[in-house]
Amino acid sequence: MLRACLRGANATARKNYRRIPLTSLQQCRHYTAGESSSASKVVVAGLLTVSGGIGGTVLYAKWDHKFRAAVEKNVPYSDWLLGLALGPAAQDPGLPIKKRVELAQPPSMIEKQAKKSAKKEGAEGPVKDSSPAPSQPAQSLEEASAEATHIISAIGEVPSVPAPCDTEAAAVKECNECHEHKEATAVHPAPTEPMKERPVEEVAARLAQQEQEEQDISASVSASLEDSLASSAKATLQAIGAQEAALQAIMQHTDKLKEAMEAEVLPEEKSNQWKDLEAALADRTTALNDARAALSKANESLDSLRSVIDESKGLKISSVRPLVLAAEENLHNMVVDLDKMVMKVQSAESEAKIVSQYSELVNEAKRQFQREVSSLTPEIQANWKGLTGKLSTDDLNALIAHAHRRIDQLNRELAEQKIREKIHIDAALEQQKLEDQKALDNAVNTALQHVKEDARLDQERKLAELREVMEAEMRTQLRRQAAAHTDHVQDVLKVQEHELKAEAEQVLSSKMLEQETRYRQLTQEQLDNFTLDMNTAYARLKGVEEAIDSHVVAEDEARKAHQLWLSVEALSYSLKTAEADVPTVPLENAAQAVRDSCRDNDFALALASALPEKSLQRGVYSEASLRARFNSLRSLARRVALIDESRNSLYQYFLSYLQAALLFEKSQEAPPSQLSSEDLDPFKLLSYASYCLEHGDLELAAKLVNQLRGEARRVVEDWLIEARLTLETRQVVNLLSAYANAVGLGTTQAP
Amino acid sequence: MFSMSEKELGKKWDRCLADGAIKLGTGLGLGIVFSVLFFKRHTWPISLGSGAGLGMAYANCQNNLRSHYMLHRGDKVGLSMEKID
Repeated sequence: MLRACLRGANATARKNYRRIPLTSLQQCRHYTAGESSSASKVVVAGLLTVSGGIGGTVLYAKWDHKFRAAVEKNVPYSDWLLGLALGPAAQDPGLPIKKRVELAQPPSMIEKQAKKSAKKEGAEGPVKDSSPAPSQPAQSLEEASAEATHIISAIGEVPSVPAPCDTEAAAVKECNECHEHKEATAVHPAPTEPMKERPVEEVAARLAQQEQEEQDISASVSASLEDSLASSAKATLQAIGAQEAALQAIMQHTDKLKEAMEAEVLPEEKSNQWKDLEAALADRTTALNDARAALSKANESLDSLRSVIDESKGLKISSVRPLVLAAEENLHNMVVDLDKMVMKVQSAESEAKIVSQYSELVNEAKRQFQREVSSLTPEIQANWKGLTGKLSTDDLNALIAHAHRRIDQLNRELAEQKIREKIHIDAALEQQKLEDQKALDNAVNTALQHVKEDARLDQERKLAELREVMEAEMRTQLRRQAAAHTDHVQDVLKVQEHELKAEAEQVLSSKMLEQETRYRQLTQEQLDNFTLDMNTAYARLKGVEEAIDSHVVAEDEARKAHQLWLSVEALSYSLKTAEADVPTVPLENAAQAVRDSCRDNDFALALASALPEKSLQRGVYSEASLRARFNSLRSLARRVALIDESRNSLYQYFLSYLQAALLFEKSQEAPPSQLSSEDLDPFKLLSYASYCLEHGDLELAAKLVNQLRGEARRVVEDWLIEARLTLETRQVVNLLSAYANAVGLGTTQAP
Repeated sequence: MFSMSEKELGKKWDRCLADGAIKLGTGLGLGIVFSVLFFKRHTWPISLGSGAGLGMAYANCQNNLRSHYMLHRGDKVGLSMEKID
């Protein structure tokens, strides 16, 4: 904005300037007008220059900040101007904001950790995997590997990094397997940080714990197995026994039935027989029931045993396996025996059924006959054999006819039967075949099952054997590896032992050295301290001696000082012997006395010898005499004030005398502290000097008089010399007296 | 006795006056003598002689008074070369 104004001003100025020459051309003839036009020219030129300078300064300030700062500093109000023109000065750019270092991403391990911790729910127990065992061998191998790694990590310093990796891999695999089951993973060695090596004790503890748990479990499993085995064995035996008993009962019963059917015995015995039969039947039924109950019990126990076996199989502990195997075998055997017995019982039962059918048929026939007989002879009831005497011949004939008829009928039936025999036999054969087939199938099935079971058991046995073999081999390998490891470890330990020994020896030697040096240092210190103490004591003793000596010396000094003082006093007194116009006595004697009294004092000696010769020989004038002399000198000096080496003709003398006659100055004037050039006028100097003399300042008066030049100086030369002499002598004497006083003060001891 | 420089001027003036008086008188006398003897009692030798005597006395006095400041032919002047550092 200002620049615009400036430019405008410049433009107008230039316009004006352009206008002005036209007018100036017209007016240039006029002297005064020409002058004004030139003046305006000058003004305009000046304005232009100034504005150009300002504009240039502003531009440059805009471009160069340092220049701007310098200008603002040096030229007042320029900062306001520049602020108006350019805006406020740009500040220094602040320190570049440092990029914050981004935190590293959480390592993948932590993520893995999180995953693992998420995976690892529930018991971090022993090597127990509650997942179903799809492939036992693989898992057993994994377990074996895990155990092996445990052993390795337990033994030595081999880092358990591979172990966790293996087990973690296994864990991952198994986790993938059992992911849908959502069960805890298998071996999880590291708690939170994966690659951290577990301490040996922890591993051992864990292994021990695992072993303990295994043992416990196996013990419990074996116990349960044994229990269930025992119970099932008992039950099975019971069942078998019961079956046997049933069998026996059945056989007995059939035998008895057969006997009863076929044997023709006496009626009493027959009734006994029938009773026995009934008893046998009852026995058989009870025995069958018992057998059935026992069988069911045995089946129950067998089932429980099977379930226990399955459970323990599900535990997947190797130590349990032979037990399981044995239990399974037992189970199988029991099942086989039971089945056999059952089959026997069944066959006996079927036999008995046949026999009972036969017996039923026979009974049926008998009954029928009985009925027929009774129908024929209604009076005669059962037990007709006993009625031989009672029967009439009609009855007998009827009976015989009936018997003949019956025989005929029976013969006819027999013939029919004989005809139908084949068919019946075929049918029976067919039926028998069917039944046989069925039985055979059953038998085959059972046999097949048994065989399968046997095979399975064999396989399992073989598997167990193989496993044992593998385990043994694995153990040998591990042992070998362990042996190698122990060898290596031994070697390493040996080497380390050497190293450590060397190190320890070094450390020991260095420590010993240190201790020795410290010991020596301490002894040295003690010695030094002792010597120091001795030295201090000696020094003190010396000091005391010196003090005593110095006392003597001091007293001597005091005496000398006193003498000096006395002599100096004499000298200063002799100074006062000056009278008007007569100098003092020659100071030689007094000076000599002084010199005598300060023979060994260089300062006083120097001072004493600094007395000027003239004073010694002739004496000095007093101040009063000098003053008087000055007064007479003054008029003379006034009179020759104009005479110096350039003006020394008689005419000058005349003029000088005239000046002295005509010039009046103050007789006494206080001299200023600093003489200026106009004070060097002789008259003034003389008045200053007389003032000083009146006030007793001979020194200043002498200094002032020393400023005279020319003839006046020549006139006062002698006075000046005398004054100097007096001053010198007085100064020396003052110094000496001061010195003597000081020495005297110094030597006197304050109370 | 003790040298008193202030008395010197007085002494000089004394000498001046004495010398002036002598020279004036001598000049006057000689002038009179010459005027009587050789110059037919003109007054000019008297004034000449007295003037000459006075002049000589003046010159003597002046010379006497100046004598301290004048360098004599036999004097040796020492030049000191000051080192300008």
